[in-house]
Amino acid sequence: MGKHLIEFKNVCKTFDDTEVLKNINLHIDENEFLTLLGPSGCGKSTLLRIIAGFEEPTSGSVCFEGADLCGVPAYERKVNTVFQRYALFPHLDVYDNIAFGLHIKKLGSKEIDSKVRRVLELVNLKGFERRTIGSLSGGQQQRIAIARAIVNEPKVLLLDEPLAALDLKLRQGMQLELKNMQRELGITFVYVTHDQEEALTMSDTIVVMKEGTIQQIGKPTDIYNEPKNAYVADFIGESNIISGIMKHDCLVNIMDTDLECVDTGFAPDESVDVVIRPEDIYILDPDKGKITGVVESVTFKGVHYEMVIDSNGFKWLVHDTAKYEVGSDVSLLVKPFDIHIMKKS
Amino acid sequence: MFKKTLSYPHLVWMVLFVIAPMFLIFLYAFTVTDDGGTLSFTLENFAKFFEPMYIKILFNSVWIAFLSVVFCIILGYPAAKIIADRDRRRIAMGKKATGLLMLFVMPMWMNVMLRLYAWLTILQPDGVLNSFLSLLGLPKLDIMYTQTAVVLGTVYDFIPFMIMPIYSVLIKIDDSVIEAAQDLGANKTRVFWKVILPLSMPGVVSGITMVFLPALTSFYISDFFSGGQFMLIGNLIEKNFKNPVGRNFGSALSIILMIFAFLSMHVMKIFNKSNRQMDMY
Repeated sequence: MGKHLIEFKNVCKTFDDTEVLKNINLHIDENEFLTLLGPSGCGKSTLLRIIAGFEEPTSGSVCFEGADLCGVPAYERKVNTVFQRYALFPHLDVYDNIAFGLHIKKLGSKEIDSKVRRVLELVNLKGFERRTIGSLSGGQQQRIAIARAIVNEPKVLLLDEPLAALDLKLRQGMQLELKNMQRELGITFVYVTHDQEEALTMSDTIVVMKEGTIQQIGKPTDIYNEPKNAYVADFIGESNIISGIMKHDCLVNIMDTDLECVDTGFAPDESVDVVIRPEDIYILDPDKGKITGVVESVTFKGVHYEMVIDSNGFKWLVHDTAKYEVGSDVSLLVKPFDIHIMKKS
Repeated sequence: MFKKTLSYPHLVWMVLFVIAPMFLIFLYAFTVTDDGGTLSFTLENFAKFFEPMYIKILFNSVWIAFLSVVFCIILGYPAAKIIADRDRRRIAMGKKATGLLMLFVMPMWMNVMLRLYAWLTILQPDGVLNSFLSLLGLPKLDIMYTQTAVVLGTVYDFIPFMIMPIYSVLIKIDDSVIEAAQDLGANKTRVFWKVILPLSMPGVVSGITMVFLPALTSFYISDFFSGGQFMLIGNLIEKNFKNPVGRNFGSALSIILMIFAFLSMHVMKIFNKSNRQMDMY
């Protein structure tokens, strides 16, 4: 990807006595769709507000195209924000909402007109120019909020959980639209969400955050397949996380069972976290697998059944298209490359 | 049935103190009583009003009420804005509001005459204001018993009614709307003129109605601050009702003032309608 557009260097932020961001180092490239992912209170929104200029870092620096952003007020930054609750101007109609930024830049009315119409077309709301904000549905307000931001042709579009208030169907549609829009416009998107599925669907890069620190930065597939620690594994998708001991390279012991794996580089007998995705576990007849257990519950999930299998007290979460009756004895098989070994965090 | 019975006291109250007086005012306004005590229909009470002297009094009253509204906005809006800004910041941090608004509300709990006499000690020729001015070596100001004093008194008495509605609108403006304006390139001045002021107009409009009408009809303030020499429509009505033969004219004046008040309310309503979207907010 292109050059670094935004660069965070050792950024910390404290509110009163609470550390919200702890030593953040991060770069955002041109034309990148970067998602800040984490539970509420992890500092992802604060990070976004620092880029927008609504918050100043307590220490550290943020550079934009190589120039320090410190002290540059929000209204002079080449970024625009789509707010969580849209924050449209209730006293203006759709047209004037979108034209707000253009009027401030003192563009001619003809230029404003053509830009507003083009962007309304882009968000599929042609003909809505004179509608009042109160007469729009949540999804339409969302599109207007996006239109109001991108009409200014920002270098970076910041999106603060923009889809959180929409229902599932609408949200999935908007995810694809946003991704297409980002490709078409060729601008950088920085997207904040707590929804891992949303992050996996749209992003080029995902930044997983926890309590003000970055846990992992990577492509969606890397984050999903190679989570760096148990926290990331747990946050991105469902997983089974078990303590284990690394006997030697490529052999891990969990629940007194030796399992072959593909990880190397651990000290002998180091204690580790073992992460196994529920869809990577195969259910076999009782005598065929290494780990044995009893089916405790079965839930139909559409494509697959979600089963909980009790094995000497540990509850395995397993996804399988075949159904096993509750109470039946089974055994479990995991292929070596589906076993992910992580250092204890 | 029980619920209906409960409303009877209110009905009696309304008839006794609203409908009956209104009826009497209309009766007096359109009649004269001759020496024999018989009533006869006439429009002369209204015709009398169109003498230049009375027109001038109405004009003066409107002018003073208008000036008072203007000064209430000029002084009240910034006050409301400053208090609202502080309170918003504190509320955003999870603290209680400052209570500065109480400073403007508290004087209203005191007796009005007491408050007006306090002004007398300030404004009279050898009062607090002039002692202070002479201490600074400045020339004396003689504003007691002038129109300036009447406007001052009116503004003083009614400014809480301007500050409160503006404050209550300002405090409710969503922070993210202000941030959105900054995000779109508006500096502080622009944010104010393009977002905060338009969004607070409903508060200003209700402030205007709450100040203009009482200011137009009040008589005690002008009576006190002008020493009775400066006649406003409120004073004129009061004087006519104190005099037994004047009540017909006084009633006619009351009706004229009522019509005037209705008209100005209506103008405000039309003005407010153009801000409908804000009401929804």
